[in-house]
Amino acid sequence: MTYVLKPRLHHPTLPKNKIGYTRRDYEGKVSTLCAGCGHDSISAALIQAFWELDIQPHRVAKLSGIGCSSKTPDYFLGNSHGFNTVHGRMPSALTGANLANRELIYLGVSGDGDSASIGLGQFAHVMRRGVNMTYILENNGVYGLTKGQFSATADQGSKSKRGAVNADAPVDTVSVALLMGATFVARSFSGDKQQLTPLVKAAIAHQGAAFIDVISPCVAFNNHPGSTKSYDYVRDHNEAVNRLDFWPTREAITVDYTEGGVIEVPQHDGSIIKLRKLSASYDPTDRIGAQDQIAQAAVKGEVLTGLLYLAPDAEDLHAHLNTCAVPFNQLGEKDLCPGAGTLEKINASLR
Amino acid sequence: MQPTDVKNPDYFHKVVDCQWACPAHTAVPEYIRLIAAGRYSDAYMVNWESNVFPGILGRTCDRPCEPACRRSRVEEENNPKPEPVAICRLKRVAADYKDDIRGRLPKKGKSNGKKIACVGAGPASLTVARDLAPLGYEVTIFDQDPRAGGMIWSQIPRFRLPLEVIDEEVGYILDLGVSFLQRKITSMKELMGEGYEALFIGSGAPRGRELDLPGRKDGAKNIHIGIDWLSSVSFGHTSKIGKRVIVLGGGNTAMDCCRTSKRLGGEDVKVIVRSGFEEMKASPWEKEDAQHEGIPILNYLVPKKFVIEAGKLTGMVFEKVKAVHENGRRNLVPTGEPDQHFECDDVLVAVGQENAFPWIERDAGIAFDKSNMPVVDKVTMQSSAPNVFFGGDAAFGPKNIIWAVAHGHDAAVSIDKLLNGEDLAERPAPGVSLMSQKMGIHEWSYDNEIHADMRYKVPWRDIKITLKNVKAEVELGFDVATAWKEAQRCLNCDVQTVFTDRLCIECDACVDICPMDCITFTGNADEKELRNHLNAPARNLTQDLYVSGPLKTGRVMVKDEDVCLHCGLCAERCPTGAWDMQKFLLEMTNAGPGCRSHRQKKAA
Repeated sequence: MTYVLKPRLHHPTLPKNKIGYTRRDYEGKVSTLCAGCGHDSISAALIQAFWELDIQPHRVAKLSGIGCSSKTPDYFLGNSHGFNTVHGRMPSALTGANLANRELIYLGVSGDGDSASIGLGQFAHVMRRGVNMTYILENNGVYGLTKGQFSATADQGSKSKRGAVNADAPVDTVSVALLMGATFVARSFSGDKQQLTPLVKAAIAHQGAAFIDVISPCVAFNNHPGSTKSYDYVRDHNEAVNRLDFWPTREAITVDYTEGGVIEVPQHDGSIIKLRKLSASYDPTDRIGAQDQIAQAAVKGEVLTGLLYLAPDAEDLHAHLNTCAVPFNQLGEKDLCPGAGTLEKINASLR
Repeated sequence: MQPTDVKNPDYFHKVVDCQWACPAHTAVPEYIRLIAAGRYSDAYMVNWESNVFPGILGRTCDRPCEPACRRSRVEEENNPKPEPVAICRLKRVAADYKDDIRGRLPKKGKSNGKKIACVGAGPASLTVARDLAPLGYEVTIFDQDPRAGGMIWSQIPRFRLPLEVIDEEVGYILDLGVSFLQRKITSMKELMGEGYEALFIGSGAPRGRELDLPGRKDGAKNIHIGIDWLSSVSFGHTSKIGKRVIVLGGGNTAMDCCRTSKRLGGEDVKVIVRSGFEEMKASPWEKEDAQHEGIPILNYLVPKKFVIEAGKLTGMVFEKVKAVHENGRRNLVPTGEPDQHFECDDVLVAVGQENAFPWIERDAGIAFDKSNMPVVDKVTMQSSAPNVFFGGDAAFGPKNIIWAVAHGHDAAVSIDKLLNGEDLAERPAPGVSLMSQKMGIHEWSYDNEIHADMRYKVPWRDIKITLKNVKAEVELGFDVATAWKEAQRCLNCDVQTVFTDRLCIECDACVDICPMDCITFTGNADEKELRNHLNAPARNLTQDLYVSGPLKTGRVMVKDEDVCLHCGLCAERCPTGAWDMQKFLLEMTNAGPGCRSHRQKKAA
């Protein structure tokens, strides 16, 4: 953290996006996390992604739980809606908010403790239900706020800063998300914004449950030899299966792909996701295959990153439940409280 | 690109734009911090060491530091009117609010028996005297005028520079045991025969350029050469001018002429220039000051003749021209409009100054070039006669006070080396220190907060008073509170961002926090390519890129120095201390033991 406010001055050439904002307009308060925290890089990638997508900040709702990761929504999109829930309960609050107003863009921010320990059940169900959201899990493998105990995502055999060896099997959040029916599943690394930013953009555009597990080194407690979530370890074992480019519309595609192995996935909203394959055998539209390859990489100690699974024909919660298309806050009193007569009718139909 | 060699003092010196631009390399941010801390005497001494005349320069300097100041680049696209820090006027604050500093000045050194003569008592000669007298040299300054100060005293009007300020700062030098004699030197050969070990010529550019137009002779009584006229005002020989005055010329002398006229009875005073307003040589703030006093500046008018009626000057005729750009050159061509006639009672001609050395015999052993200027080495200030040195306007034509001071320092070093039997070409390295400013996790020993304030204006005395009294100083100087606020605009560019590549873990924290997008981690490339592929394009080619050695991932750190705020956030957010804020203090080495070569020192 710092005691000095980040100066408002910006580079003279700082560009504006289509709606007239600079990247700096998407910032929040100055971070109070430890210097060098991977989470701050994730915040920077989120700022970049929302700026590039020309999203009006007040159309975004940020929801988070408890933990270092869950503090970060204060450090980006300072003009968006925010909600800090109790520990591990962010998915419930997000689901409720989404049901009430489907027109906002939902960003869930959580950590490995919040999602893989106390909130594992919530995490599983929000994926199952296909809530239209971007769920970012800032995964550092330790409980940073309580001084570095292993979290549920710490790899078996990895060492703590003090030398203790983790005996428990890890929760692989990517595999859980796939198993539970998430329709967009990716893994990335806070130290690689070039990979992370397009993934975030694609996740935001995805109309369904989008999950990104971002490995984010804890500089204070988990960035030492023996850790499998350190800058050095992740850089040495990072196996990117693809590189992704995200195009908001078909017309915007300007890059000429000459080399082979490009997969083009059109999205519901007209945007295009282009994947440059780095691994010839990896097919990101094959759920079973993806699960298999993730498991195989884990055995080899590799960290598989990139867009791991994408269901092009995804549906969301509202489609499943056939809900009202109009947000509650735009409905009149009559629609919201149709009166005793209507209640009677409903009750009668259930008898 | 190759990794930047930060051990070369020039690298960090260039980052301190103001200090690099100052001919005397004054440690500007250092003294501005001292002013902010209320340590005016200390701030004054930092100035006095390098520029000798803080009080005088704080009012009259040409301020090459200000156009160079990073603050105006940083404010681009952030403020409606980007402006540099008011460096010059802060210098005056140090002079205005200091205590008695006489006890901190050097004393006359024990005589070393070596005699030096300086011709002309202007800033260049005075600087030579100040540098050499404490070392024990017997310095004598000759001037044709009865007072020391040269053009500082004779050409700069009192409403810009009060007499007390000149007397005080010139006095500090004369008090070092320097002899001042009023004597017009008429023969170089004669002076050379008087037994001085070295001669320094700081006689200025004393001749105002003539304007030979029809009517010049007949109207001579009311046509004056600007600098001579200003000088006679300074000496009290002239105290009146006609009601209608035309000032010809677009330089700072013209500005002084028109403003002085306005105070000596001129009611309708106008400046008429050949070129366009923008191209005028006068500093923008001097033009602004003249206009503030109700003096119009008319441009694109070429003087054609003086109008004389009944043996008396009654006006001038001008031809209207326009600027035409051809083959990259600007030419003034007549517009064909009818000539314009302006009535006037007096004309002041301020169309330039020339050097004149009628007193230097051409067979005295000093070589002159085709344009009749002495051949002077740009580094050592030495002429073709080994013990004769030139400086100030006398060396390379009209410049300004701060250049004269810089020349004086260089010449003093040369004289000291010459008289100690050393090679003049071997120049002393500057004294450099680089010290971490870290006090704690979020604490720096400098104030790293960036203030958004716009430049503060120096208050003016009521124009009703100043236009009546040629000696009433127009600018009042900053008060202490405003000086503090203006000082906060300084970005502390001397507190350098120093990067240690082996400590970096490439976590991107510095990239994310940097408000100006100065820092990029990228694959290495040549400079041209790097400049275009940074997080923000590095288009200012006068500003260096700071490139690290290869990092663990094979990438390099590249920092564009151009608009860095020196806020220290990169270092605060760095988990490993790879970034540190270190104060770079560079002091030029003046004459004395420090300027002598190591070999010589060993031998001694």
